[in-house]
Amino acid sequence: MSSSVLTLDDFSIVYEVDPPVEAVRNVSLTLQRGEILGLAGESGCGKTTLAYGIQRLLKPPAVITSGSVTFHDESGDDIDITRLGASSLRAFRWDKISMVFQGAMNALNPVITIGAQLADVFQTHRPEMSRAERQEESARLLDLVRVGRDRLRSYPHELSGGMRQRVMIAMALALKPQLMIMDEPTTALDVLIQREILQQISELRAEFGFSVIFITHDLPLLLEISDRIAIMLAGEIVELDTPENIYRGATHPYTQKLLGSFPSLTGDRGGFIRGEGLAS
Amino acid sequence: MTTLEFLNVTKKYTVRGAGELLALDDVSFTLTSGRTIALVGQSGSGKSTIAKILTQLESATSGSILLDGKPIPRRGAALRAYRQQVRMVFQDPYASLNPYHTIRHHLERPLRLHSVVPKAEIDAEVKRLLERVRLDTGLVDRHPHELSGGQRQRVAIARALASRPSLLIADEPVSMLDVSIRLGVLNLLAELQRESNLGVLYITHDLATARHFSDEIMVLNRGVVVEYGDADDVILNPQHEYTRQLRDASPNPEALFSRKGAK
Repeated sequence: MSSSVLTLDDFSIVYEVDPPVEAVRNVSLTLQRGEILGLAGESGCGKTTLAYGIQRLLKPPAVITSGSVTFHDESGDDIDITRLGASSLRAFRWDKISMVFQGAMNALNPVITIGAQLADVFQTHRPEMSRAERQEESARLLDLVRVGRDRLRSYPHELSGGMRQRVMIAMALALKPQLMIMDEPTTALDVLIQREILQQISELRAEFGFSVIFITHDLPLLLEISDRIAIMLAGEIVELDTPENIYRGATHPYTQKLLGSFPSLTGDRGGFIRGEGLAS
Repeated sequence: MTTLEFLNVTKKYTVRGAGELLALDDVSFTLTSGRTIALVGQSGSGKSTIAKILTQLESATSGSILLDGKPIPRRGAALRAYRQQVRMVFQDPYASLNPYHTIRHHLERPLRLHSVVPKAEIDAEVKRLLERVRLDTGLVDRHPHELSGGQRQRVAIARALASRPSLLIADEPVSMLDVSIRLGVLNLLAELQRESNLGVLYITHDLATARHFSDEIMVLNRGVVVEYGDADDVILNPQHEYTRQLRDASPNPEALFSRKGAK
């Protein structure tokens, strides 16, 4: 089994509008098995486009113009995602790589119970399972993320934001994927709920050993949870390093600017002004 | 010098099928010109209920709200005068500006409603407001969709300042903005506050900006004020267990890396 789970090589995505927008430019990186890679950058820098591109979820006018995405399966097979046909792609997605979408508050279907939405995953990807098995597995998933199986028959609106987010994580875990891509999974939540969910993600990763690409613009958060952090600017990865090196010795001016955008909780005031007599 | 007293305010909502929900339980604080109070707490702690009561979008179940010693008027010209004094900046600049109207319209309306300047000077006053929030006066005839999120929030701030208020309620004013411009908008608010000696109630769940932007911090949990004091004290030396939980849940890379040593 390879020690890496995903390799991007010279990967580029262009939105073919007039004029064309190079949303992802020549990205090369290797993701290790079990690694949490943080992906940070400002709105519109290409973070989400990259995440969608990795799973070929892009819609026109977005086009992959160069490079390859290779998934190194546990079985030892290497799968070039950019070359998969429609049916193998459908089987591949969610089974090997799953995703927790941005705005998970709205990613659940409001008119279907969460139990039925979880069971859907198994019906599509594990057609050999019986109805009773599907139900038991869905219940087990809800227990696992501490929503509890008694919520199987709840509708999304009957759950709090934090619980909905956990249901999304349960759904992403369903097929025991080797990589989970999380796009701003905790942005809409308050700090205490956010902390609980991060704790849970880290416990689940320890148990199941999946890798995570964690997308957010909250750099202080990434500094705490990531093994490595990639900083993205205008479609390019401009810096890729461990949190400690990024925090102490960021070399790219944009990374430095991003670090400076967050006032320190317990330290000095930095770029922040208050009270009389301080220059702006 | 303007003083707004929020005294022993309780707010109950009736929830269909579930009895009563106590949203605010005996909350008291005083907001004065030139001071900033940050109001922090989790989702559902009652932060926005306080903002709604202060702007009279909701009324308190019991307790009193006094502006310079006088209760908030219920209606008419007196209520309008209160609203001229106490203004609000909303969280979402994508939703708080009317997409059909120009920036000029948004800024002229409060000027006319509150007769801030003579009619002949409205045009000049609109330009002056844009300059105060560091926006190009050439944007005046644009529509909201032609502006970035940060620019829109600056328009919303200019609109709040138009009536020359003495108190400003800012409900999560930067949480919808990209991180790289948040600090700029907060610094602008801090600067305007000093220029006009505004009293500001800064509602947020970001403890770091609460500490740096405010003189005092009030921590709200399930409608109860659990801690209220000097901003640095509340964050650096929290007394209440809930404040400690909030602080420890906030990302704090500085503490993380100094724990790891080698600084």
